[in-house]
Amino acid sequence: MKTAVIVFPGSNCDRDAQVALRQVTGTEPEMVWHKDGTIPEGTDLVMVPGGFSYGDALRCGAIAANSPVISQLHEHAARGGYILGVCNGFQVLCETGLLPGALIRNASLNFVCKPQALKIDSANSAFTSAYAGQDEIIIPVAHHDGNYVADEDVLDRIESEGRVAFRYAGNPNGSARDIAGVISENGRVMGMMPHPERAIGGHENGTDGLGVFESLVGAI
Amino acid sequence: MTDKTAIIAAMQATQTSADAAQHGINAEEWDRLVTRLGRDPNLVETGIYSVMWSEHCSYKSSRRHLSKFPTKNDRVIQGPGENAGVIDIGDGQAAIFKMESHNHPSYIEPYQGAATGVGGILRDVFTMGARPIALVNALRFGDPSHPKTRSLVAGVVAGIGGYGNCVGVPTVAGETQFDKGYNGNILVNAMAVGLADQDKIFYARGATPGNPIFYVGSKTGRDGIHGATMASAEFSEGEEDNRPTVQVGDPFTEKLLIEACLELMATDAIQAIQDMGAAGLTSSSVEMADSGGENGEGIGVRMDLDKVPQRETGMTAYEIMLSESQERMLMVLYPDKIDLAKKIFDKYDLDAEVIGETTDTGNLTLLQHGAVVCDIPVAPLAEDAPNYDRPWVEPPKRAPLDISKYPEPEDYGEVLLKLMSCPDMASKRWIWEQYDRHVMGDTVDSSQSMGDAAIVRIHGTNKALAITSDCNPHYVAADPYEGGKQAVAEAYRNLSAVGAKPIAITDNLNFGNPEKPDTMGYIVKAIEGMAEACRVLDFPVVSGNVSLYNETDGISIPPTPVVGGVGLIEDVTKIATLKGAQPGDMLILIGETKGHMGASLYAREILGLEGEDAGPPPPVDLELEKRNADFVRSLVEQGLVNAVHDVSEGGIACAAAEMALASGVGVYFDQIAAQVSIADLETAGTGQEAIWGEDSGRYLVAVSTEQTSEWPIMVGSSPLLEATTSIGRFQGDRIEIIRGAGDTHPIVNLPLARLREAHEGWLPNYMSSVE
Repeated sequence: MKTAVIVFPGSNCDRDAQVALRQVTGTEPEMVWHKDGTIPEGTDLVMVPGGFSYGDALRCGAIAANSPVISQLHEHAARGGYILGVCNGFQVLCETGLLPGALIRNASLNFVCKPQALKIDSANSAFTSAYAGQDEIIIPVAHHDGNYVADEDVLDRIESEGRVAFRYAGNPNGSARDIAGVISENGRVMGMMPHPERAIGGHENGTDGLGVFESLVGAI
Repeated sequence: MTDKTAIIAAMQATQTSADAAQHGINAEEWDRLVTRLGRDPNLVETGIYSVMWSEHCSYKSSRRHLSKFPTKNDRVIQGPGENAGVIDIGDGQAAIFKMESHNHPSYIEPYQGAATGVGGILRDVFTMGARPIALVNALRFGDPSHPKTRSLVAGVVAGIGGYGNCVGVPTVAGETQFDKGYNGNILVNAMAVGLADQDKIFYARGATPGNPIFYVGSKTGRDGIHGATMASAEFSEGEEDNRPTVQVGDPFTEKLLIEACLELMATDAIQAIQDMGAAGLTSSSVEMADSGGENGEGIGVRMDLDKVPQRETGMTAYEIMLSESQERMLMVLYPDKIDLAKKIFDKYDLDAEVIGETTDTGNLTLLQHGAVVCDIPVAPLAEDAPNYDRPWVEPPKRAPLDISKYPEPEDYGEVLLKLMSCPDMASKRWIWEQYDRHVMGDTVDSSQSMGDAAIVRIHGTNKALAITSDCNPHYVAADPYEGGKQAVAEAYRNLSAVGAKPIAITDNLNFGNPEKPDTMGYIVKAIEGMAEACRVLDFPVVSGNVSLYNETDGISIPPTPVVGGVGLIEDVTKIATLKGAQPGDMLILIGETKGHMGASLYAREILGLEGEDAGPPPPVDLELEKRNADFVRSLVEQGLVNAVHDVSEGGIACAAAEMALASGVGVYFDQIAAQVSIADLETAGTGQEAIWGEDSGRYLVAVSTEQTSEWPIMVGSSPLLEATTSIGRFQGDRIEIIRGAGDTHPIVNLPLARLREAHEGWLPNYMSSVE
């Protein structure tokens, strides 16, 4: 399995993503600098990591979504490649149009960092199959703008198509219909606000995040 | 002022002692300056002298006393004097850390003041080649009922989070206290810890003549001019007008600066480096020049200020030299590495310019618009700064607190509830949930476990650093010598409690006006007490910061010498926190209880005692501290305890309550008055001294029966046996305390859920209420 992590100026979970991918896939992900890097041919999974790309200037993810590397990301998606966006990565994917909806400021107006209980809404996806049979998992969140919004008909559609991957059990940010993670129409792109790469063991957040990566290994 | 000729004339204008007084230079200092210089200085030179000789940069009131601190042990690589302290953590790696205050700016503009405090301390650490891996902050606010407190808390917390979260360094621990003594001067002390390879540590010293001076990072603006001077004066009413002297932070640029600097540091391009903190371009260039030369003999610096990247037009040399614009670094490069360096900074879209060169003149020479606007010898700026022996008086000793004069509480349960929900003890979840504690993926334990110290794994290894910050200002106010000892000992206990070997500390000495002999007495005695503890505990000071003049309209803050401690954990699987207690575990007290109630939380919150009436703080027996800490650490290392907590404010009852809350298991205290030995007290037997007393050097541990059978003291005749007492057990979902033999009714019988509600409720309720 060949993986890559895109690094924007201000990305700060790129190393965490690298560690998680290395640990689960056993191979070294390619770290792609947004300005001059190219996504290597044959890459199966591209991870868009968390952080504060461009310092969240303008709108979270808005400037990164116009970076040189994004055209390659679109090509990768068009080929049916897998993409996982976490936190700021989710925001970037929404800004690029690869995922529907947008993420606005938390309802509390405060940054929130805590272990978060999530309901597995659909274990029938390339990102969640490892959670089959599990009802609830705990993965930490850490964001200021994780409040998911979309038009009602968009929300109806992604729900009816089984494209809600995770829902919050105890909504930390005001997200519509408690949505914590969304999958694209072709089932190959997922964005989520919680950080699975911060729940892979060896620290205070447990290992519930491993399932996202293990699911992908299974799918690819 | 845009006309170049006019700027040059203004910069070169000779100053008088009256002009200098407006810069905070007093008559004595003026005489010294003119004598050393051999002429009257011009405007730029006067400005430079004023910041370099400010309290903030020169430590002129504290320097002779700071020299009392021990600064070395086997693991110290770099003590005070560089950007941060450096310790050896084995395997060729080093931990680099420092704590620094941003008190004055945070009061005036809480968001930016706190944010730039975080930014500044991060730069101190990565300037030396370290990747920052953890942030800690120690906060003191005024009385919750003071009209400004709520907005200051909100602003400071948002500022710390806004900066640290964006930069991507986890904020793993901290402390927050409230006291009316901080109504006019809050304290915002930020600590950063970084990780470096020992062969890749960078210093401000060592620059040699003939090399390019390289400016990187943000452009220079007019913000923060004279911040160092502001931080060296008292406040008075209406000080908010000083807002323009507060800097504005940009954590995004800081993040880029970290990455770019670390990338450049991986090459052999940098000869010396200094961040531009207080007094900006002035102090960074002067310090590199002063400590330059192959043997530290000092060198000169010549800079063309027209080449400094500028954010605003028409800036004068004076403004450029005194600006405290954030996210800037000054380096001395090897001449053949300029292109390499420029390429790296270009990758991150950061400004990077050669603005001058090092020289062998020993002078700081500055040019603007082709004219020399400053030409003064460097040595007097740094080395000949005033070093005052301020007069001081011995702080008065307090008479012991006679607790028998006060009625015993009618309801011990209500007391426990009140203590656990008072502003100092209540959960600070509302604060730390706004900090990213997990970025970088190595946070083994943070504020969320309520632990005594945070634990951060050393990336890619099985080792970890334990990090804590501590100070009980009530103890220091009651007796600065014992209180100073206690601050160091408490940090030592916190680190030992999680299983770490304490290595070294950084300190942040926050006091009032040193020109007042009373205040100076507290400074001197607190330093001496801390130094004594550092010496006995082999826990030296490797870096630190002094913040004086924390006074408003003549009222000083409580003396607050904050200690940031760092310890090493060799095996991160062998640690303990508060949260591991299991139902059925015994609750064992390590250390002796004498029932010391003076300066205690109980005296303050329940009896309402203030000042002298509250009595002296508990004395600290440093040899005993060492022995008990070694014992606790050995238990943790051998896996012979399930949970550990040191006993501090609120005594055994509050410590056990915190363990119960963290573990989610109730506690039952069996005949507490009888089981705890209370010496020297006629009142022994009521139990209140045993329950609320704050004797030093104590720990509570949760232990299973199987674990105790392995305890060394249970089989041998270790001297610890006599000071180790089983006082109860973990069970159920209530806090129950039985006072004495034969008592059938517990004096405390409190559901854990009610305690949790009170403990967790205070701060969010306070922050969301509107007056």
